[in-house]
Order: sequence, then C-alpha cells, then structure tokens
Amino acid sequence: MTQLEVLRYNPETDQEPRFQRYEVPFRDDWVVLDALNHVKEALDPTLSYRWSCHMAVCGSCGMMVNGEPKLACKAFLRDYPGVIRVEPLRHFPIERDLVTVIDDFVAKLARVKPWLMPKEPAPAAGEYQQTPAQLKRYKQFSMCINCMLCYAACPEYGLIPEYLGPAAIALGHRWNRDSRDGGREARQQELAAKEGVWDCTFVGACSEVCPEHVDPAAAIQQVKIESTVDWYQAHLMPWLKK
Amino acid sequence: MSKPYVRPITSEWIFRHPRYLRYMAREFSCLFIGGWTVLMVWGLKQLSEGPLAWQAFLELLRSPASIALHLLTLAFATYHSITWFNLTPKALPLPFIAAAHYALWGVVSVIVLRAAF
Repeated sequence: MTQLEVLRYNPETDQEPRFQRYEVPFRDDWVVLDALNHVKEALDPTLSYRWSCHMAVCGSCGMMVNGEPKLACKAFLRDYPGVIRVEPLRHFPIERDLVTVIDDFVAKLARVKPWLMPKEPAPAAGEYQQTPAQLKRYKQFSMCINCMLCYAACPEYGLIPEYLGPAAIALGHRWNRDSRDGGREARQQELAAKEGVWDCTFVGACSEVCPEHVDPAAAIQQVKIESTVDWYQAHLMPWLKK
Repeated sequence: MSKPYVRPITSEWIFRHPRYLRYMAREFSCLFIGGWTVLMVWGLKQLSEGPLAWQAFLELLRSPASIALHLLTLAFATYHSITWFNLTPKALPLPFIAAAHYALWGVVSVIVLRAAF
C-alpha cells in the first residue's frame, strides 16, 4: 500500500483547499493517475481531476506531484518513496480538487496565432513540399501537447500573470520557423512585446519539466535575438525595410 | 455558484527545487559584478583627484576585507559566466558556440593578466 495526499477543494462549501489522505495499493506498473482512478472508483467518487489518454499524448492530467509539475500518467508510484502529495497545477486558479481554470492559457495560445498563415498560395495539386532540413527547424517545438507543466514551473508566470508564457511562445516560434509560413509579422505584436518574450528572465524551468522534451526556453531566447535584430534593422538600417 | 480558489504566490518557490536556487544564485551574482564596477568607477574618480587620493584607494584595495570581497566577486563572476556560456547554444543554435565563448574568455583573460603582471 502507498499513501496519497490529495489537495481537495469544493467551491460550494470550502473557503480554502485542504489535504485528504487516501491509502491505495502499490503496484510497480502504476502511475499516479492509476492511483487517482482507484480512489475515484473504490474510495471516494467525489474526487475531481482531468485525464483522457493515459499515454502522455493528450496533455490533460498535468498536476503537481511532490511539488513538481508532472503528467499524472507519466509519474510512476515506484519513483516516489513515502507519501505522495498531489496538487493542482501551480499558478492556475483551482476550479475543484485537481481541476484548474485554464482560460488564461487558452486565450494566450490563440493570441500567438498558432496556425499556418501561408506565405504563398497553396500548391494547385498535391501537398506542400518540405525538405527534412526545413522540417527539423521547427519539429521539436511542434511536439508541445499544451499540458501547461511549463506554466506551473515558471516563476515569472506566477509573479507576472500577464506574461505570455513558455508554451504559447514556443508554438508561435514553431510557426515562424516553418518554411510554408509567412505570418511572423502578425505574431511579433504578441511575441516581441514586454508581456511576450521580454518578461522571461531565462530561469529555464519550462524546458526541464516538459514531458515531450520541447525546449521552450530556447524558443524564447531565439525570439529575443530575432526581435533585437529587427529593432536594430528598423532603427539603424531603415533602408533595409521593404 | 463556483468560485475558483487562487493560491497566494510567496517566495517559497525559490526553495522548491534546486534549479530555482541555482537561478537565484545566477541573478544574485550580478550584484557583486555591479558592485565591483562601481568600485572601479570610484577608483577612476580617486585617480583624477591626484596621487594622494589614488594611493589611499590602492591601500584600501590591499586590505584583507577588500581581498576577501574580490575573491567572492571572482567566484560569483565565474559562476555567472559559466552558467550563461552554457546556455548560449539555446539562444544561438550554432556549432561550437559555447566553446567559442570559453575560448574568447580564455584569450581575453590571458591578455588582461599579461597586461597586469
């Protein structure tokens, strides 16, 4: 058996959250999500949390496991000796138990226009052509599953709620680096703003906690450099502007 | 009636994981580097005020407290440089970019040391 300490919050009755302990069977192949499912099915059906795929693809089950942002489906019980403390993702308001209010992230994601804005009209026949080298330029940033672990790890986002944040910037950068895309100028308004990349002080925690090995910290610093080059070109070499 | 609970932000996050302490150490190091720069500017001012003021400034630099402060500043400056150099490949994904920074650091250090001694 192993002990699970889960942060509970019922918006209808509670003034503030409280921890509740559950004893769950210990199995070598169980992840924290299995333990939560066991609690829900066998011990306490009132426990609320988000999950869907159970295979680190959907990005729904992000939560704090012993203080670290983790996907509950990727956090094995065997890696946590002692009581396992499970809390909702940090920096997001708690809706109920382990469910957070993610409206802020969803709105920010839309602001960076994370979709293809074609540079040229689509080919009349067949698909866009892209070389492996062109694919490699953006591939790792396209692996983001919007799980928001990076937002929970980022102290800047905690201190400055207006900050656009790691995943949104990485996804904007992902499209900027795509050979088919011509939407960089439209995204710069958000990415190059103070609340965009310039609120980042390069803590680097986002890249450390990413379950898909995306490197949002790298994306942010690259946008900083590109935006700086833009500024110098506009102010020192205005004749270069089309 | 739903009322989401907003958890307060405290400075507790600094101690939550070693990565945040390392980050704070890197940020903290700039205070020493900045302080040393102010000391150098003050030295220039003393130099402009004549040999007596300059000698007094040099005496001050030779005091044990000053030497201890300089060693501490050197340690922080080294930590600051190493942490930033190691991060350069993220910002500039070019081959050997971190190595180039270390090489340049070495060359500049040798030139400065040769000029000083």
